[in-house]
Amino acid sequence: MTTLHLSHLEQLEAESIQIIREVVAQFEKPVMLFSIGKDSLAMLRLAEKAFAPGKLPFPLMHVNTTFKFKEMISFRDEFVKARGHTLIEWINQEGVKAGITPFNAGTQRYTHVMKTEALKQALSHYGFDAAFGGARRDEEKSRAKERVFSFRDRFHTWDPKNQRPELWNLYNGRVAKGESIRVFPLSNWTELDVWLYVYKEQIPVVPLYFAKPRPVVNRNGTWIMRDDDRMPLEPGEVPEMRSVRFRTLGCYPLTGAVDSQASNLREVLEEMLRSRTSERQGRVIDYDEAGSMEQKKKEGYF
Amino acid sequence: MLHGEELDRVGIDGWLEGYQRKELLRILTCGSVDDGKSTLIGRLLHDSAGVFEDQLKALKKDTTRFGTTGEEIDFALLMDGLQAEREQGITIDVAYRYFSTPRRKFIVADTPGHEQYTRNMATGASTSDLAIILIDARKGVLAQTRRHAFICSLLGIKHVVIAVNKMDLVEYSQEVFEAIRRECSEFLGRLSIPDVHFIPMSARRGENVVGRSETMPWYQGAPLLDYLETVHIAGDRNTIDLRLPVQLVLRPNLDFRGFAGTIASGVLRKGDEIVALPSGRRAFVKQVFVSGAEREEAGPGMAVTITLDREIDISRGDLIARPNNAPMLEHAVEAMVVWMNEAALEPGRQYLIQQCALQAPVAVTDLRYRIDVNSLKSESATQLGLNEIGRIRMECAKPIGADPYVRNRQTGAFILIDRMTNATVGAGMILDRTPAEQALDRERRSHDAGTNLSPHAGTVTPEQRAARVGQRPFTLWLTGLPRSGKSSLANALERTLFERGLQSVVLDGESLRKGLSSDLGFSERDRAEHVRRASELAKLLNDHGQAVIAAFVSPTAEQRERARSVVGAERFLELHCDASLEACEQRDSTGFYAKARAGEIANVTGVHTAYEPPTSPALRLDTVGASVEANVARILALLESRLLVG
Repeated sequence: MTTLHLSHLEQLEAESIQIIREVVAQFEKPVMLFSIGKDSLAMLRLAEKAFAPGKLPFPLMHVNTTFKFKEMISFRDEFVKARGHTLIEWINQEGVKAGITPFNAGTQRYTHVMKTEALKQALSHYGFDAAFGGARRDEEKSRAKERVFSFRDRFHTWDPKNQRPELWNLYNGRVAKGESIRVFPLSNWTELDVWLYVYKEQIPVVPLYFAKPRPVVNRNGTWIMRDDDRMPLEPGEVPEMRSVRFRTLGCYPLTGAVDSQASNLREVLEEMLRSRTSERQGRVIDYDEAGSMEQKKKEGYF
Repeated sequence: MLHGEELDRVGIDGWLEGYQRKELLRILTCGSVDDGKSTLIGRLLHDSAGVFEDQLKALKKDTTRFGTTGEEIDFALLMDGLQAEREQGITIDVAYRYFSTPRRKFIVADTPGHEQYTRNMATGASTSDLAIILIDARKGVLAQTRRHAFICSLLGIKHVVIAVNKMDLVEYSQEVFEAIRRECSEFLGRLSIPDVHFIPMSARRGENVVGRSETMPWYQGAPLLDYLETVHIAGDRNTIDLRLPVQLVLRPNLDFRGFAGTIASGVLRKGDEIVALPSGRRAFVKQVFVSGAEREEAGPGMAVTITLDREIDISRGDLIARPNNAPMLEHAVEAMVVWMNEAALEPGRQYLIQQCALQAPVAVTDLRYRIDVNSLKSESATQLGLNEIGRIRMECAKPIGADPYVRNRQTGAFILIDRMTNATVGAGMILDRTPAEQALDRERRSHDAGTNLSPHAGTVTPEQRAARVGQRPFTLWLTGLPRSGKSSLANALERTLFERGLQSVVLDGESLRKGLSSDLGFSERDRAEHVRRASELAKLLNDHGQAVIAAFVSPTAEQRERARSVVGAERFLELHCDASLEACEQRDSTGFYAKARAGEIANVTGVHTAYEPPTSPALRLDTVGASVEANVARILALLESRLLVG
């Protein structure tokens, strides 16, 4: 009978699979956002299991800001090819034309144009009516109340007051034309659960998660890796080689590294278990104000 | 840090091994902000290392801005999510929190305690294994406490902790705690929550939350976290009735046709024979994939894909069950609903029902009554407004393969969707049905060949018989002194149930002794045998779907306990007809007691042998001061609250 008992991780896995299948059953044109981070990879593994032995019935989409770490992009291309998935890459060409970078536009405007606007453009362009995202409720306070099926109006905006109650495992996915949902199959997972799953399932991840000497500069107390020379140096600033790793991955100028010697998954897990700070601390974008994530979500951010 | 300490003890590999085996417990917390609920959760998270330093730093910053605790960290602020709400100082939705200990992982659904938020509480309760109901020790039991307990019971939560908080503000008084416990026990007895715990605590000071309190030596029980780590929930799963709602049909290539879904209950093995509803077609299971990997068997909660040995027509919304254990297929359904929308539910309106993977149009034909959640009384109503709860009858365009919610928390649950706005407007729990409605439905079904799914193989189970009769069987065991009014109450009750369309059988001492027990006398041994026969008879009748009203003196607790175990604790309700010996003697017109006093009859309870009153009956009925009608009404309310009658 022991095979009939589910551990918490197996239970979370089963619930996520149910959610992913439900979206495919209820929506016409779903897409899975693929950010190349560990959460995306775990979510993708769940999707593979949901439809095994068949292939994914939807494409993956990466919203590229053009400032992602180089290693992320090379990992992405190899991984997707090896697994035989279909990947769409979307870049906000208007933003590129306007020459918007995190250095000249400021964090908020850059994020808005290259991430939020880019995502909305892509969803409208392809007419996707459901988009899977790897966000978790334990990430941030305003996420704690997020539904698994998060409704967006035709302008892709989120109204925190007007979300549907979700009972049992019954997800009401009915939408009017033009409306869409964002779906979060990992809602009930914690950062630790995701890492454990990556470990248990032996999912390959971007090597940036593991410590290695990398060229970094200290900006406002955060180690930023200079991944290419688009990043201007302050007068007198010289990148130094430090053994660092990243707890989250995003745009390299906005992602802080932590000092670490953990060069494999087991060591990362041990370091994390002994850690005293939450993972979003490495993210510059939602560190400024308590309600900033909520504000971004209202505008259409994930 | 708990993780750190554990790591030092078992090493990283030991830790990884242990973490993968952890069990998940889902908790609902109910109470208002003032009861210290957010403080309690914040305390659990903080003391079990679920709060990181940067969050703590943000919390300290928030405390000076919004806090109500002065210098102390306001743990409540950890919990309140959306910025606007935080500034108003209230939580207005369900928020989910996560923490883990070496033994378990916990998901906490935090719901507000304000009057108008029944909706949110029902949402949180729908997935919870356990509920913590907070009571402010200074205020005691409030209307909201009853309401919370009722919603927990309605949504099928089997374990409840009554956390009597703020004990520090009542000088850790045992009397205050005991008074609250007594008051709670009285109304909890009327609900169907099998496991209730009471814990005195001070969340702000952390007493009896994670660690034991030294200020309350009189409390011998475990602190809250200990209890949460050890409460046994594996037994709550239904492993008997196989139900696999089909979510998707997977056809990756011409050779593979898989049916994907999550097992709602029961166990499925390779080689099993299954029946697909509503078609009634049968097949054998060829392959079972659990989370994508092929396995021999699968159990409740697992996401599976199965293939069959032959091609039968199955599509999304269908249900896979066993040929000798399939749910009733019904067009008409009786249900309790929690209304979640500003636009009220009105009889005659049409909605969409979503039950398992089925979505179909339904019409609400009747609103039978509304329940006043404060008094738990039912009252007639013409509509059901936001946050109101009531019983409805619906007719569905497609037959629904459903089980009563009390039996199956997955197939017995549904939501209602507004067809214009697409909003989720109601949450429902399917009830057993009355015979009249079943007859009506059967009539319709005879025109609809292929949906008549009476079992072809195997013996008929008590559940199937009960379903056929259309009522949930129970035994009301009336105990009390001779002439305490048991039989007259039993007869009046039978009449009332009969008028409501329910069948019941009255068993009483006098009639049994004329036949079945005619060989028995009144010695202690013969009396015990008499009660045994009565209990076996009650069991037999219950197994055949009949309700039983048993009226027996049954003077000892032991005899009644034995009766309970024969009949089955889940359908046995002990009712005490409470009348003093003096009153019984006074009302005795047959001269029974007079003869006993005169020595003409021996072994009379009350006169020669003692009567042991029940210590915790489901109801204590005053059969001297209160009228028969009043007592019948109380019994009916009890049966209704336990969803035994509608």
